[in-house]
Amino acid sequence: MDAILLQILNGLDKGSAYALIALGLTLIFGTLGVVNFAHGALFMIGAFCAVTLQKLFSLSFQTIDETQTDFLGNPLKVETPYVEAWFGPEVGASIIDWSVPLAILFAIPIMLLVGYVMERGLIKHFYKRPHADQILVTFGLAIVLQEVVKYFFGANPIQTPPPEALNGSIDLGTMIGFDPNAIIYPIWRLVYFGFAVAIIGAVFSFLQFTTFGMVVRAGMADRETVGLLGINIDRRFTIMFGIAAAVAGLAGVMYGPLNPPNYHMGMDFLVLSFVVVVVGGMGSLPGAVLAGFLLGVLESFASTTWATTTIPGINQIIIYLVAIIVLLLRPRGLMGRKGVMED
Amino acid sequence: MAILRVKDVSKRFGGLKALTDVNLNVEENSVHAIIGPNGAGKSTLLNCLVGKLMPDTGSVLFDNNSVLGLEPFQINQMGISRVFQTPEIFGELTVMENMLIPIFAMRDGAFRMHAYETIAKEKDIVEQAEAMLVEMNMADKREMHAASLSRGDKRRLEIGMCLSQNPRLLLLDEPTAGMARADTNNTIDLLKQIKDERDITIAIIEHDMHVVFSLAERITVLAQGTPLVEDAPENIRGNPKVREAYLGEAA
Amino acid sequence: MFGLNKKDTGLLIIVGILTLLAPFILNPFPADSAMAQFNAGYPDLMQRFVIFGIFAIGFNILFGLTGYLSFGHAAFLGVGSYSAVWMFKLLSYNVIPAIALSVVIAGLFSLLIGYVSLRRSGIYFSILTLAFAQMSFALAYSVLSNPKFNLTNGETGLQVYADDPQILQGANAPDLPHLFGLPMRATYTLDIGAWSFDFNAGYYLCAVVMMVVFYLAIRIFRSPFGMMLRAVKSNQQRMNYTGLNSKPYTLAAFVISGMYAGLAGGLMAAMDPLAGAERMQWTASGEVVLMTILGGTGTLIGPVLGAGFIKYFENIFSKINDNVLHSWFAILPDGLEDAVVFIIHPFIGKGWHLTLGILFMLVVIYLPGGLVEGGQRVSNWFKRRKSGADDAPSGKTEPAE
Repeated sequence: MDAILLQILNGLDKGSAYALIALGLTLIFGTLGVVNFAHGALFMIGAFCAVTLQKLFSLSFQTIDETQTDFLGNPLKVETPYVEAWFGPEVGASIIDWSVPLAILFAIPIMLLVGYVMERGLIKHFYKRPHADQILVTFGLAIVLQEVVKYFFGANPIQTPPPEALNGSIDLGTMIGFDPNAIIYPIWRLVYFGFAVAIIGAVFSFLQFTTFGMVVRAGMADRETVGLLGINIDRRFTIMFGIAAAVAGLAGVMYGPLNPPNYHMGMDFLVLSFVVVVVGGMGSLPGAVLAGFLLGVLESFASTTWATTTIPGINQIIIYLVAIIVLLLRPRGLMGRKGVMED
Repeated sequence: MAILRVKDVSKRFGGLKALTDVNLNVEENSVHAIIGPNGAGKSTLLNCLVGKLMPDTGSVLFDNNSVLGLEPFQINQMGISRVFQTPEIFGELTVMENMLIPIFAMRDGAFRMHAYETIAKEKDIVEQAEAMLVEMNMADKREMHAASLSRGDKRRLEIGMCLSQNPRLLLLDEPTAGMARADTNNTIDLLKQIKDERDITIAIIEHDMHVVFSLAERITVLAQGTPLVEDAPENIRGNPKVREAYLGEAA
Repeated sequence: MFGLNKKDTGLLIIVGILTLLAPFILNPFPADSAMAQFNAGYPDLMQRFVIFGIFAIGFNILFGLTGYLSFGHAAFLGVGSYSAVWMFKLLSYNVIPAIALSVVIAGLFSLLIGYVSLRRSGIYFSILTLAFAQMSFALAYSVLSNPKFNLTNGETGLQVYADDPQILQGANAPDLPHLFGLPMRATYTLDIGAWSFDFNAGYYLCAVVMMVVFYLAIRIFRSPFGMMLRAVKSNQQRMNYTGLNSKPYTLAAFVISGMYAGLAGGLMAAMDPLAGAERMQWTASGEVVLMTILGGTGTLIGPVLGAGFIKYFENIFSKINDNVLHSWFAILPDGLEDAVVFIIHPFIGKGWHLTLGILFMLVVIYLPGGLVEGGQRVSNWFKRRKSGADDAPSGKTEPAE
């Protein structure tokens, strides 16, 4: 029982990332009718927002401390981060420590801007072009973004630790009545899951309870009619694209502590997120979220020692297998509407 | 002899009854028009005939064989060709190629791995296609891309493509929708000519009364998913029921 | 000639002559000159030109004719390579059975994947093929490489070891891929003055194979089958109502292009008897897409041009480094020289992928018809200039086929 629960929990962090990326993909596809192969790159850019902020906070100046000497006997050079100099050592140190969560604030305007520029500068010109062209141009963009990040940050993963207070693990099992040490769970994973749930909740309530969201939903259902009503749907869709970019970016910001960001992380997640969208049902937002978590958990079960010894490497292909089975048995996906993208 | 028999066909979409107990016989070598106000179920009925929709109940027999559950290409291979409301042609291909494809389909069936010999080697088929282009008065446009044809020429090409298969039944779905008067009259003349020169049954779904009364030998009036009257054109004109359901609404 | 019309025969002959004389054409600069770095006439690169040419020609049969954009064709290339190496391990180093098996296995594999993927069209199809390719990559990289069942030898890559059976390997046969005794690495170097030209057995084998499959591709393009494939791209609804079943047509195109990819993979292994999973990655699939659209989708010669273009510039760009740049721009004033080098720096050497990505976007945005369309535009422009202003501009470019 506790083992099962542990695997479910273990699947939640990846599942959260899948769900968030797939949510954005579905929003863009549903509203703009564009398949965005550069969406993974947005996730990656988000993660590198955290990296950048961490680097900015850690920018230091050198002073020479005459009272101490280094091992050669010379006066010791001390690196002091500017933030520590400005806000005092303690506040400064905790700012650096909390750079990943703080990066959320930093990433939101950046991601909205990136999304806006992408839509207005590039995607806009491809609404009327064939799907193949949309795929190709966003694919090219994904490569470019990825290579630019690689140029500035290098090819190696960069550590982005969580704040000290949220590092380490807690014994989740004892809190809900299991034996001690049965379910040891890293705190940051809980944070990530909670964060993902909050964002998903925010997106859904935004679509459900605001006029803006209502128009967008109507537009997803029937774009032409809403256009005929004289509502400037294009403008709203631009904003929607920005929001989708921000969702992917925030998913990336917070993902750093789970897995050090590297330049190709976006593409790794993109392919799986597409599969998630397909399994959930093209154009269905709840489907994308549900399938994201389901597949994340499934992957976690397939990663257990028992599973990998029975079928070696099953953890790496399970998602694809599930997708193929779903497509063969229920082509419209778990929650896809009948007739949407069934051809 | 009726070549197409529609028996007790009903179709629902959720709570909406699109067709209720439709019975209809199309006699061989006749021109049969199906008319009715918007939403009467004309398109639904047509889609049930060609394999696009599956009726909930009833049967559709073409030449005493059921067409229900068959794919559109299988129904076409039985001898039914369809002309669409907006011309459906191969826009990126040349006019000549558009004409070749249905003739190949007729001879080679739904699929043939005919990948080595060039098209030019198929002299019979090329000749048939050329003859059809001449008949359609389009021989001078053979190398044009079909997408660049005028609306009227597209319609002409589509009808030619259907005729090149020598179908036993030609289904026309509002063939003059959205056409200027001159184009409409040209299309009527073309259909009249086809009717006179060939052994062919034509079923036509139409909104435009002018077209219907110039062509049809038999008319079925559909209203709210069920046939109201079926009669010769001259009797339909004066029928008060029709006037009420259809012409009255138009006036 | 060859059952083709004049224009196609001409194209075939030109491509034939160019491939035959490639060792000369690609080495226009003397071996010791500063320009020698722009030479491309060495065996390894020439082999890559034609092998990727074959890959792209096959891909174009699917994408160019039917419009179905597969993002997973590298999987078939990889499968072809693995099959060929297995043939080397089990039978002998003779390349003929190896290449034959790679085509057959890739064909079967593409039949399987095509059957499932073609239940959908449009973007769905692209995503499915992408997923399949990634799955194949994972299979090759780790799943099918474990002590119990080692089909791919994982990260190391599949290669021939001394204790492999090689049951048909004769005692005197060369201990590396050969064609009935002629080693693929055999190279004859011809020195004329300062110039040096390499004639490599492996290259000529690939070149002959490419000419054969290029010829077959022309036949397919000109056949009723090829016309049906274009009909699939143009209007599936009309096709269906014309009595044609588009599914088997598309599947046949998919399998043919899969076999071309397998052939390319087999040849790759025949040139260098090693197969690795990285050949199956989606970036490799993306590369063949780029070659095809860069050259000109749906045109006969486009994919070959695209493959050559990309492989050539990949090679050149990877060789250029800052020192080379400095030597080029040495005539500029120092500050300006540094600035120019600084600007160009991200795009060269390891930055090739950045250049590739930008190229990809530029082609899709501005030149959807690829180099072939570009060439036509330029030649039309010249024609118009020549014939003077009295000739009204036609403004219409017919896509070449």
